[in-house]
Amino acid sequence: MGEISLEEMSNEYFDVLKELGNIGAGNATTALAQMMQCKVDMAVPQVRLLEFKEIGETMGGEELVMAGIYLGIEGDITGSIMFLLEKQAAKHLVGKLMGIESEGEEFTEMEFSALKEVGNIITGAYLNSLSSITNLAVYPSVPDLTVDMAGAILSVPAIEFGALGDRILLIQTQFFDEMVLDGYFILIPDLESYGRILSALGISI
Amino acid sequence: MGKEIKVGMADLNVCVSPDSITTLGLGSCVGIALRDPITKIGGLAHIMLPDSTTIRNNSNIPKFADTGIEELVKQVVRRGADRNRLVAKIAGGAQMFGFQSKSEMVRVGERNVEATKKKLAQLRIPILAEDTGKNFGRTVIFYPETGDFVIRAVGKAEYKI
Repeated sequence: MGEISLEEMSNEYFDVLKELGNIGAGNATTALAQMMQCKVDMAVPQVRLLEFKEIGETMGGEELVMAGIYLGIEGDITGSIMFLLEKQAAKHLVGKLMGIESEGEEFTEMEFSALKEVGNIITGAYLNSLSSITNLAVYPSVPDLTVDMAGAILSVPAIEFGALGDRILLIQTQFFDEMVLDGYFILIPDLESYGRILSALGISI
Repeated sequence: MGKEIKVGMADLNVCVSPDSITTLGLGSCVGIALRDPITKIGGLAHIMLPDSTTIRNNSNIPKFADTGIEELVKQVVRRGADRNRLVAKIAGGAQMFGFQSKSEMVRVGERNVEATKKKLAQLRIPILAEDTGKNFGRTVIFYPETGDFVIRAVGKAEYKI
């Protein structure tokens, strides 16, 4: 299995990842709508390959407080996945899910665990589509959630990407219900998993 | 008041009083501030990974603790700092999540801090203060004029080391 870096990534491969991102985000939106029992729309996801120093700004600044849900992936594809949502959007989402108007700046323990579940369902839907398209087994680990500065949360996937190259692949998804929720997916397959994904899709590398 | 110089992720820069230098949202990465207290010339590096020698794709010098610190020393000395007077303060190296997916990536924050200390010791640069580890992100601002390393974190009052 050949190893490739993101720098050397062909356009074709980039398109594949983009399409996987599209489908995954679509699935995640459906899951979100089912969970919230309301209509949720999604804008076409934007897939971008960014330099480390650009990612904070892309998300509205390194110091913007966000909720980050992070899971490990095992199976045929190994690596990790992260879903990020701006804090106010996360509060809105959780409030709606629990049927309460959330007060205060901080998350209660209940809201925190509901948010973890939201992240679990969204990333699960994303990974399911990845698994069914590629026909590869993907098993997510128990999710972990943190609410902190975007830059600090992003340091985790950035470091994982950093072991491979100097850029990070970001999938930005806008959800709409009553308000616009900017969500970000970051899929971080291990180096050998890239090749497996591509081979499974019949693309030679 | 001088201007504020911004350092990104896997980046470094030199800073001379009265200017200050900052890096936003350090997570598992480590921020290393160097200063010559006499000339008040300093600098800041934002490293991501501990060791450039274990990684094939290692041309990005500021990304690694070993090469990044060496380069920062080189640049502050070139700017006029005395190599033998340099002192350091460090911050960051948090573990942002309870788990980190790959074994290799486990404790990367801690390993970044260890590698930073090792490199500074090897270069005989004393560490005057540190605020490392734990589980939260930090924004740091370094003032070469006073040597203050100001730290901001979510839900905490600003403090300095």
